[in-house]
Amino acid sequence: MTIPMPAVTEHGGAPAPKAPETVGRSPGRLMWLRFRRDRTGMASAGIVLFFFLVAALAPAISSVYGKDPYTLYGQDAPGLLNEYGYPVLPNGGISSEFWFGIEPALGRDVFMQLVYGIRTSLLIAAAATVLIVVIGIVLGIVAGYAGGRTDYTIGRVIDITLSFPATLFIIAFMPVVENLFVSPDEETPVWLRAVTLVIMLSAFQWAGLARLLRGQVLSLREREFVEAARVTGASPARIVFKELLPNLWTPILVQATLLLPALVTAETALSFLGVGMIEPIPDWGRMFLRGTQVYQSDITYLIFPGAALVIFVIAFNLLGDSVRDAFDPKIKR
Amino acid sequence: MKETGPTTGTAAEPLLELSGLEKHFPIMSGLVFKRQVGRVHAVDGIDLAVYPGETLGLVGESGCGKSTTGRLVARLLEPTGGTVRYGGRDITHASRRELRPIRAEIQMIFQDPYSSLNPRHTVGGIIRGPMEINGIDPPEGRERRVRELLEIVGLNPEHYNRFPHEFSGGQRQRIGVARALALNPRLIVADEPVSALDVSIQAQVVNLLRELQRELGIAFLFIAHDLAVVRHFSQRVAVMYLGKIVEIAGRDSLYERPRHPYTHALLSAVPEAEPEGRARERIRLAGDVPSPIDPPSGCRFRTRCWKAQEKCASEEPPLVRLEGSPEGHLTACHFPEAPTVHGRDVVLDPALA
Ligand SMILES: Nc1ncnc2c1ncn2[C@@H]1O[C@H](COP(=O)(O)OP(=O)(O)OP(=O)(O)O)[C@@H](O)[C@H]1O
Ligand code: SF4
Ligand SMILES: [Mg+2]
Repeated sequence: MTIPMPAVTEHGGAPAPKAPETVGRSPGRLMWLRFRRDRTGMASAGIVLFFFLVAALAPAISSVYGKDPYTLYGQDAPGLLNEYGYPVLPNGGISSEFWFGIEPALGRDVFMQLVYGIRTSLLIAAAATVLIVVIGIVLGIVAGYAGGRTDYTIGRVIDITLSFPATLFIIAFMPVVENLFVSPDEETPVWLRAVTLVIMLSAFQWAGLARLLRGQVLSLREREFVEAARVTGASPARIVFKELLPNLWTPILVQATLLLPALVTAETALSFLGVGMIEPIPDWGRMFLRGTQVYQSDITYLIFPGAALVIFVIAFNLLGDSVRDAFDPKIKR
Repeated sequence: MKETGPTTGTAAEPLLELSGLEKHFPIMSGLVFKRQVGRVHAVDGIDLAVYPGETLGLVGESGCGKSTTGRLVARLLEPTGGTVRYGGRDITHASRRELRPIRAEIQMIFQDPYSSLNPRHTVGGIIRGPMEINGIDPPEGRERRVRELLEIVGLNPEHYNRFPHEFSGGQRQRIGVARALALNPRLIVADEPVSALDVSIQAQVVNLLRELQRELGIAFLFIAHDLAVVRHFSQRVAVMYLGKIVEIAGRDSLYERPRHPYTHALLSAVPEAEPEGRARERIRLAGDVPSPIDPPSGCRFRTRCWKAQEKCASEEPPLVRLEGSPEGHLTACHFPEAPTVHGRDVVLDPALA
């Protein structure tokens, strides 16, 4: 040994530069680490989170801001709307008091309308997403795991659902539902409209997720770790919940992040077409509808909900892409 | 030297007994209305016994039904014919509930170390799983037991909380072995446990299994696709061809005095230095294994056999002890080879001549 001692420790195998970790990195943790490096993903996650916070904290915002989305400020206080019902002040009546201006004719506060409108739309879209994910998981796993006749039946139902003209059906069917549950001289209760919307949106969207999960289960079922569980006597329930489901959270999460913005746009589109939430519940989509009616005299009223929706949908879709990339680094282009 | 039965020497009851075991997979066709158009004769009537503490090698080419046999034994598949007896009990069509007391005793090691471990579970979770399922509570606690098992299979017990993707193929296979040991089984079906591994690592894993077998007295049904791997591991070896067992014998008898032409062919492919220096016969088979959907009549090997005659097509050779073979050496052939591995060369494939 001619090499002096210090050199040895420096050259030959420095004593473990990374200390042997006793806790491994789970696939989920690795995904999070990859996701954190993705700037676009983090930024869009921030924007999406902001929207959700706004929706969740709407009552708090309302009390700090000092207004609510229902009061007809423009009609209560003179000098806010002119004789044609349009805001007196330029830019849709934006002022220190009414941050985003005043709604033409009715004179409600646009900022509050938007905050609560986002809340309504996100709530409906989120409820529909949850319902879709539950239905998709159950039917997808049942079809994939049970196979045979069950699989065949569910598969055909999926095919039919996917080929159905969903929007057309909802527009046509919404009045029918109303006639079934509400007598003509009564007003449609808000909860009925909300529930119908959630159910109808879900009814046509679960099929895609179910089909995707069915395929995943089909391929997972052949993996030897499922057989290993069966050899030790695992019940079908344990195999589904402990062996298969942990491997399905990735596609489920990816699909859910892509589904939610699609449902928000679907909900706003339905409101725009007149079959969404009804007055006086503030609604994102209905603000559009009103905006297109008045845009020639008051473009500002169209800009706020429009810009908010575009930002939200773009951010959410970018987030969805980033989540998928983080989970599947291989298919990154 | 005793060539037959259990190495323990006692004429014990077989632990596992297969008789006339059959597994035919239906082939379905049709777009809307599926109907059966044929059957894959994956396993077509095999008789086999594994004695307590014994290692039986099961060897054959790809697609001959080895895995299917292993899965039938582990009751992952439902046999379409014949019986499986374990410890004297008929478990051929036992339900999951009926199998409960036996489940712990028959375990399996899988071929692919990458798909046999759930990527979402930690090593600890994977090895603990079987104990949870069977409600086994070792006195020292499950976690301590898992660490102990990790040590037994030569892994660092500190790796308890790691995930499978952090391990090499060989290490993963050790995790699979630890999982199989978690229930203190009496029989382990090892389906090509080393074929997916590097040659250098194969020996390590085989040695591990051998030690376990010796120390814990576990019986093994060791499946492999060539005779080299099982040579140092098995006390008895069965050779399978197209869903049937064509020869079964004690290890030395099979390697030194094979009678079936197919065994000769397989042996000639084993790259091993001959101690006596005598050149081993060279046999190259021509053609492919026939389809198990429509196996040849009579002897299934006849399409590739260089000794085939008319009788081979019309009459199926029974699996019996031939003249000149020791006790327990059974061969299914009408015109067996001489009991030696130093015969003449046979090269059927003109491209290899
Ligand atoms: N689930 C199945 N459905 C239909 N046919 C099957 C099924 N499983 C296996 N087979 C067929 O049964 C035959 C035997 O398959 P098996 O997996 O037992 O072969 P093997 O000897 O293990 O081969 P390998 O060495 O490639 O693993 C093959 O022809 C295969 O195609
Ligand atoms: S029975 Fe005939 S065809 Fe079959 S192995 Fe023997 S000689 Fe060959
Ligand atoms: Mg196999």
